[in-house]
Amino acid sequence: MSNEQKLFLKRIKYNKIIIRFIQILIILCFAFTWQFLSDKNIINSFVFSSPKKILETISLLYTNYDLISHILTTLYETIIAFALGISLGFIVAIILYEFKTLAKIVDPFLTMINSLPKVALGPIIIIWVGANMNSIIVMSILINLIISVMTIYNGFLNTDSYKIKLLKSLKANKLQILTKVVIPESYSTIISSLKINISMSLIGVIMGEFLVSKKGIGYLIIYGTQIFNLNIVMSGIIILIIISFILYEIVDKLEKKLLNEK
Amino acid sequence: MKNNILKINHISKKYHTIDGEITAIKDMNIEVNKGEFIALVGTSGCGKSTLLNIIAGLDSPTSGNITFTEKNPKIGYMFQSDCLFPWLTIYENCLIGLKIQKKNTLENQEYILNLLKKYNLYEFKDKYPKCLSGGMKQRVALIRTLALKPDILLLDEPFNALDYQSRLAVSNDVYNIIKKENQTAIIVTHDLGEAVSMAEKIYVLSKRPCTVKKVYEINLETRKDPISNRKDTKFIEYYDQIWKDLDINV
Repeated sequence: MSNEQKLFLKRIKYNKIIIRFIQILIILCFAFTWQFLSDKNIINSFVFSSPKKILETISLLYTNYDLISHILTTLYETIIAFALGISLGFIVAIILYEFKTLAKIVDPFLTMINSLPKVALGPIIIIWVGANMNSIIVMSILINLIISVMTIYNGFLNTDSYKIKLLKSLKANKLQILTKVVIPESYSTIISSLKINISMSLIGVIMGEFLVSKKGIGYLIIYGTQIFNLNIVMSGIIILIIISFILYEIVDKLEKKLLNEK
Repeated sequence: MKNNILKINHISKKYHTIDGEITAIKDMNIEVNKGEFIALVGTSGCGKSTLLNIIAGLDSPTSGNITFTEKNPKIGYMFQSDCLFPWLTIYENCLIGLKIQKKNTLENQEYILNLLKKYNLYEFKDKYPKCLSGGMKQRVALIRTLALKPDILLLDEPFNALDYQSRLAVSNDVYNIIKKENQTAIIVTHDLGEAVSMAEKIYVLSKRPCTVKKVYEINLETRKDPISNRKDTKFIEYYDQIWKDLDINV
């Protein structure tokens, strides 16, 4: 390896380290400032909590309030909603793609449903589905489904028209065109819709847990609000941020792996 | 004796759009004999591709008809983009037509492997298209088309995506393969040099509505591969003549 190449690689590595370092620094600065302000009573730690109190609360939740099972509940609901949302989205996108007139007919309705704040449907869902975990999952699917449908459907529409023409010239039928070109060509779009979908699913689950739940991170946050213990609320939010970050990273890694294989 | 395999009789094609009716093709007559290499030249947007689509059965003429001598003619269609599927290997790409038509027999597989060997692509058969140069990809696309043993080959500006040097080399390659496999071919192109150097017969098409303006039998002094044909004394004569026929005003 030439010296220039070494220098180039070194510079890239150096740049990466700097970025990671600054990111960590920002988090630490934020935490320390927060802690400092509450120690000096500049902000009211009863309302704003503090990093130290949050850590204490998390360990308390872990020992006395079965924090792990709350996390697992939220994760479980998210994953179910995610899987169902993606599969349903995929099926609906195929139907819309195959029946262009239908797609045109439902287009304004999809837009309407998409812009409707789904939380408004919460009370109805609870009455229809029941005050249980199913309601939470339904809520979450309502939030992630339309986005999945639209992303995957647009992926289908962007299929290279020459490839379709090629298959037509080979006398392929509709199903063959779908399975041999349209779906494989949209593979990367479908994979990247997973990333949007996982975030949407978590948002939906937390919204659902706010409305009706006996367990989960959303439940902890609502519970904390009701007994006016802001430490629990803040801890819930911090845990939620970590969960969403980890889920996103997993899907991101999965996406990179799936895309590189091809 | 002429061995006619395709006859295009007085076909016309009209398109309907919201803004009105467009006549793309008007009263076109073409005859194709077995083993012939025919070029259709015309300005861009004149309806050449529409004609190929009609021959391929992807589109139907508004009036007139097309008759094949063969009962169920097999048609191979090549486009300017190689249309290779990036998620399939070279070999799998060549198999796609056979799979679709459920003719994926050992014999046909053997045939493809032989073609790949013959045209120096065998060692790449398990590679993906992204590993190949543009010219090689176009050769794979041709083998994929030949795999079905078509009665007639349609080439729609097949070298457009290539740079000039590769274009010369690949058209030479493709021509040699087509001749070696004794294929009948119709090429649509706007490149006069390409048409004169490759085809035995050239149909000069008019501007929209597209119709046959003139037909040339290309009789070069000595007919070899396209690159050598370009050096033929008659090459430039035909080139000039057709250029005038096209009547291009910039």
